[in-house]
Amino acid sequence: MTLPSDIKAHFPLLSEIINGHTIVYLDSAASSQKPLEVIEAMNSYYKTINANVHRGAYEIAAKATDAMEDARAQTASFIGANSPNEVIFTKNATEAFNLLARSWGGANLGKGDVVLISDMEHHANIVPWQILSAEKGFELRWIPLTQEGCLDLSDLDNLLDGVKLVSVTAMSNVLGTLNPIAQIGDRAHAAGALMAVDGSQYVPHLPSNVAELNADFMCFTGHKMCGPTGIGVLWGRAELLDAMPPFLGGGEMILDVRRDGFTANELPHKFEAGTPPIAEIIGLGAAIKFLKSIGMTNIRNHEIELTNYALSTLTARYGDDIVIHGPKDASNRGGVMSIEYRGVHPHDLSQVLDQRGICVRAGHHCAKPLMRELGVGATARASIYLYNDESDIDALADALEPAGEMFAL
Amino acid sequence: MPGLEDLYKEIILDHYRNPRNSGELECPPAHKTEGFNPLCGDEILLTFRLSDGKIEELRIAGHGCSISQASASMMSAAVQGKSLNEVRALTKEFKAMMSIHEDSISDEAASLEDSTTFQLGDLEALRGVVKFPVRIKCATLSWNTLLTGLDELED
Repeated sequence: MTLPSDIKAHFPLLSEIINGHTIVYLDSAASSQKPLEVIEAMNSYYKTINANVHRGAYEIAAKATDAMEDARAQTASFIGANSPNEVIFTKNATEAFNLLARSWGGANLGKGDVVLISDMEHHANIVPWQILSAEKGFELRWIPLTQEGCLDLSDLDNLLDGVKLVSVTAMSNVLGTLNPIAQIGDRAHAAGALMAVDGSQYVPHLPSNVAELNADFMCFTGHKMCGPTGIGVLWGRAELLDAMPPFLGGGEMILDVRRDGFTANELPHKFEAGTPPIAEIIGLGAAIKFLKSIGMTNIRNHEIELTNYALSTLTARYGDDIVIHGPKDASNRGGVMSIEYRGVHPHDLSQVLDQRGICVRAGHHCAKPLMRELGVGATARASIYLYNDESDIDALADALEPAGEMFAL
Repeated sequence: MPGLEDLYKEIILDHYRNPRNSGELECPPAHKTEGFNPLCGDEILLTFRLSDGKIEELRIAGHGCSISQASASMMSAAVQGKSLNEVRALTKEFKAMMSIHEDSISDEAASLEDSTTFQLGDLEALRGVVKFPVRIKCATLSWNTLLTGLDELED
């Protein structure tokens, strides 16, 4: 193992007892647990420097502003942005996509235009485009999937015809598939399109650099990367963000307001109307410092190792009784595993696992078009993070058998 | 903490493994109505025929977890041959057991207050679901779908 052996001790929740068992948390793709470093950073803000930002001239207001802007700088450097001003704080990745669709899409998309997404997108990267498409009349086009659950790029040149924006996930939240974003971005640019990336499952788990990804925009969320809920990010290239109209209107986002109109503030404040979630931003900054202290390459290597362990353990033990969707090689995928076991319904499976303190997600994972492609209504999904180890996978493997005995038809 | 045995009674597993009245009736003459549980992706398709104000035949298709499938199977056995008022009263009773009192149903069924209280029979086995609140929607999916279907017919 490449990670510190006491890693679980950083996460107080991981020593909780559930139904008589120490919790086995395998749902980090839905939301990660939080290290003490994050919890304490947020508490410390409320205890010592709680004040509104970018307003007061007094000491704690200045300190709160500094703490928030330090978190913005941390975030920018974490993803290789050119400037902290390119980091727009939102409520979550969903809001980031809505900002992108409303502001960039509203100004740039119309009849005859195309937005290209894929069959493995989260609803957050589908529905905002559908809503806007109904108003503006542009076409929403879909990249299909291969049998193994990868993007089928064989017809990409044709798919790119007329496209103004490609918006694709860097890693599937259902299949774990890692997509060749840099390559798609390259071809999108060659076809005159911009490239937006859903980094929600990618940024928490792999070293991320927006320039290397050939991205123009990227959306991700704090609570899947050891940070709190209520904080997400839209990153965009400064010249693109500069040219975009504001999204929400109100305080903070203006330089001047007159009876006959307003002048929008500069980046990043132009897109951050109202008092921001200050504690959450500071918490995200603390999460990023924590992840950096462990090392993103170390985290990725740990997850490759553990994903390989999970795939081989489950397959060796259950053979044809188990189907694990997505790529079979851990170097092409992240640690998100959607499992079908002897036809047991995901709800029943997760209920049996819950009795042993094992947390997995049962449902459609906000990816209904993908569920239809897979021909299932729902899957049971186990997903790992830096704090998981082989004992968690063993607990999952042990619990499948009794679930099968009870529910297999 | 309630155990699995509170939820998964043997009779529930029996209905899950051997669902009663599964399939589809030809529409028309039968009426068709669909229900979804957006949280878990479960889908149910009910087809039923009325005769003399009674549910003469009802079939169930779709997919779902053991609780939703067993509840649908038990419902199909319980409502066949019953009048629409009886079906509404039974639904009210079942949903009361699931701790869901909906005003709209109470109002509509007010005239049924004096009518016979139904024996829930096998349906009693689903009482344990209440101890697992996230599963209540699984148990009520087929019933809500049937109510929707009856409302559509009466409109």
